[in-house]
Amino acid sequence: MTSLTELTVAQIRDGHRAGDFSAVEVAEAFNANVAGARALNAFIVETPEHALHAAEQADADRAAGTLKPLSAVPIGMKDLFATKGVQTTAASHILEGFVPPYESTVSQKLWDAGAGMLGKLNMDQFAMGSSNETSYFGNVLSPWRSNDGSNAALAPGGSSGGSASAVAARLCPAATGTDTGGSIRQPAAFTGISGIKPTYGRCSRWGIVAFASSLDQAGPMARDVRDCAILLGVMAGHDAKDATSLNLPVPDWEAALQADLRGKKVGIPREYRLDGMDAAIAAMWDKGAAMLTDAGAEIVDITLPHTKYALPAYYIIAPAEASSNLARYDGVRYGLRDLSDGAGLQDMYAATRAAGFGAEVKRRIMIGTYVLSAGFYDAYYTQAQKVRTLIARDFAHAFTQCDVILAPTAPSAAFALGERSADPLAMYLNDVFAVPASLAGLPAMSVPAALSADGLPLGLQIIGNMFDEQGVLNAGLALEQRAGFTARAEKWW
Amino acid sequence: MSEYRIHGETGAWEVVIGLEVHAQITSNAKLFSGAATAFGAEPNTQVSLVDAAMPGMLPVPNVECIRQAVRTGLAIDAQINAWSRFDRKNYFYADLPQGYQISQLYHPLVGEGALTIDADAKAGIAEDKRIGIERIHVEQDAGKLMHDQHPTMSFVDLNRSGVALMEIVSRPDMRSPAEAGAYLRKLRAILRYVGSCDGNMEEGSMRADVNVSVRKVGEELGTRTETKNVNSVRFVMQAIEYEAKRQVALIEAGGKVDQETRLFNPDSGTTRTMRSKEDAHDYRYFPDPDLLPLELSEDFIAECRASLPELPDAKRARYIALDISAYNAQVLTAEVESARWFDALLDVGAEGKGAANWVTSELFGALNRLGLSIDQSPVSPGAAAELLGLVADGTISGSIAKQVFEKMLESGDGAAAIVEREGLKQESDTGAIEVAVDAILAANADKVAEYQGGKAALFGFFVGQVMKAMQGKANPKLVNDALKARLG
Repeated sequence: MTSLTELTVAQIRDGHRAGDFSAVEVAEAFNANVAGARALNAFIVETPEHALHAAEQADADRAAGTLKPLSAVPIGMKDLFATKGVQTTAASHILEGFVPPYESTVSQKLWDAGAGMLGKLNMDQFAMGSSNETSYFGNVLSPWRSNDGSNAALAPGGSSGGSASAVAARLCPAATGTDTGGSIRQPAAFTGISGIKPTYGRCSRWGIVAFASSLDQAGPMARDVRDCAILLGVMAGHDAKDATSLNLPVPDWEAALQADLRGKKVGIPREYRLDGMDAAIAAMWDKGAAMLTDAGAEIVDITLPHTKYALPAYYIIAPAEASSNLARYDGVRYGLRDLSDGAGLQDMYAATRAAGFGAEVKRRIMIGTYVLSAGFYDAYYTQAQKVRTLIARDFAHAFTQCDVILAPTAPSAAFALGERSADPLAMYLNDVFAVPASLAGLPAMSVPAALSADGLPLGLQIIGNMFDEQGVLNAGLALEQRAGFTARAEKWW
Repeated sequence: MSEYRIHGETGAWEVVIGLEVHAQITSNAKLFSGAATAFGAEPNTQVSLVDAAMPGMLPVPNVECIRQAVRTGLAIDAQINAWSRFDRKNYFYADLPQGYQISQLYHPLVGEGALTIDADAKAGIAEDKRIGIERIHVEQDAGKLMHDQHPTMSFVDLNRSGVALMEIVSRPDMRSPAEAGAYLRKLRAILRYVGSCDGNMEEGSMRADVNVSVRKVGEELGTRTETKNVNSVRFVMQAIEYEAKRQVALIEAGGKVDQETRLFNPDSGTTRTMRSKEDAHDYRYFPDPDLLPLELSEDFIAECRASLPELPDAKRARYIALDISAYNAQVLTAEVESARWFDALLDVGAEGKGAANWVTSELFGALNRLGLSIDQSPVSPGAAAELLGLVADGTISGSIAKQVFEKMLESGDGAAAIVEREGLKQESDTGAIEVAVDAILAANADKVAEYQGGKAALFGFFVGQVMKAMQGKANPKLVNDALKARLG
């Protein structure tokens, strides 16, 4: 039965529809893989019964002729999405044991489309991190090992590291992720899978534990571009419960997928070519441009002059919003409460939050609190918002000259666990190519394109214009077809 | 110019007052969640997932609340900002589930406006006075802590959490407790006319933060204190007086006023420090990233404007133009329910001046006696118009009208029916009146002699006797005429 877990979402859907196998067989195969891969620590909660139940329904629906778009497809759900009746923690201690009485809009759409849930995926705590080392439930391991002989445990990237690791290790054919400043794209790149962050507002944020509201976007992570298109089509759509939700029809991205880029222009932003850039990354980038040329596109040089200010602006805006968004975890209504005898309200706040939040979360709450404080607000927050406007303007101008932008997803391949956790700034630098598109609210995806000298996956990023997920997916497909990325992690777990 | 002064040891001090009024917007649902807003409901029964700030919950603006705030702004002649924005005011408290209040600091919905308080010689307000209103913004209310439910713990009731408030911020344009009281009453009347707030201060639908400072006349503004959450007009006036006197005494004793937040104690009429400037929160305001800027179309604002009723000042002017006295016009327009009742009376054809006199004396007197509000009046405007019509056309006299009104209150019957049944129709037959006059004069020959001897005051006695003999139904003017003719 191992072959079932090798199938993509599209293959499961189509094979099930054709009667090649039952949905229950698929669910059982993935459930078995999940249970057999605890060494990866990709899941915080496993929900095999949820996956099985959905599978039984899918088989019944097939018999009744009422198949849905994701019937028979079990997926992993990042633990940032509230799931009714299933613990939702955002990988934090402060929400440990919290079982929402409600279902996030995005997860509900997936269940309504027939998908089943294999479990809740581990992640960086409150989606703050680029290596999955900030999870209260222990770090996720990448299924990949470098071929340098070190056998070091590698970071799967973050914050959607559990999602990335689980898809790469065939524990689920696809998973949800969320991306605030690269949290879908960077882990996808680190683990050799695909992931797309859509235009801000495409996916409802209702029921997703908030990190930075003006940046957070849900998106799919899967083995290929087509699967991303399928999943995103289900996840996206207007939601009256989210005031920032886009009120636009959802295109049929899968149906319109095509890799012929004739007439399209691909921008190469010169500011992304950093001094001392990893040679393998630079080479992959050049190769990617050649692949897109081969697909019929014209390569154009573009400039995004404010790129160097993106990371500093992001690390002001995201923590500012987070410091406020996380104020609700106060021990009063749900989640952890640390209240010793005779303690007052302030004591309870201090003890609960000290015990409940990890170091990285505390760091960002403190940064955010600082930049919003009287006397610093204009110098930091106001200034960062101006930068954000300029960055959006850079992109708007660039898209008068090109249709999509090609860049690396991350400045390096996966690093070893512990290698960067002592230096937050080095960790933040991981997001340098991902953050600009987040600040501008643009759709962007990562597709696996090459292996590093150490045999680790490297991803290329496609950034599209506002609402142009189709352009991003099509360019991604063109890369995918030409990159021929078939490498996979050897099973060691 | 108010002459209200605090007389200290060093001379007369002027008091400078500004009010921030929090008015709960009348709406069936909260500002950013669909939850209901019933007052007095069991604790935590009017709470949605959004109000309880569950993880991942998001605010969505309630258009009806925005509409009511815009209508209120239009009613105070204020600028409506077609582009406004919500900000987060961050602080920790157990009654604030999100850890921030969604408010509008930087770009309020309503800009500069004003209202006029009316001259009131008794209160020391010599002439009508415009009080500037700096802004109205929309924000969420917090929940409520209950400290009396458990020996060692406080309980939280989130029913109010997320309820929509308007914060109406005046300019520091008031100079006496009386002016502040008049401002609050006028503001409350406008809110109730507009229907944007029920103005019920006892239920907390309207409460004021009172900013007070003192200065010698002509000097720069002094340091102000802010007394929070005062919930009646009388308490606001008390708080101002206490606070002004406290500040004068403090300054004259060589101290200085601290810019601080104070609490009012309604039992003692005093204020005390709640937190000093040093302890003041840094609220870290920033634009709420969960909400887009609020953009209002011209059509929306026009619809709000078209939906406004006639407001108190316009209504009063219209009543005065009907020859109703300024005093009665003021009384009739002070409460929206009275004005509505009176307008209904005018609509069914009552004559203004007489109707106003009757409503302010007879009707209000009766309702007062019965402990009823005007909405509960047993006599409808239509029934009252019938009664007033009988007086106007001479069918009954004013004094009979009082009797008929009493019977209307008791029986609920119509005035004409009562007059008919009880035979109270006014006697205007001069023959019958002359017969009665002759009989009275004949029976009181001694008094007639005294009258003719110069005791003119006896004329009233004869009128009374005739009226009495005719059970009060005689037309008073005809009785007068007949007596004058007989007595010469």
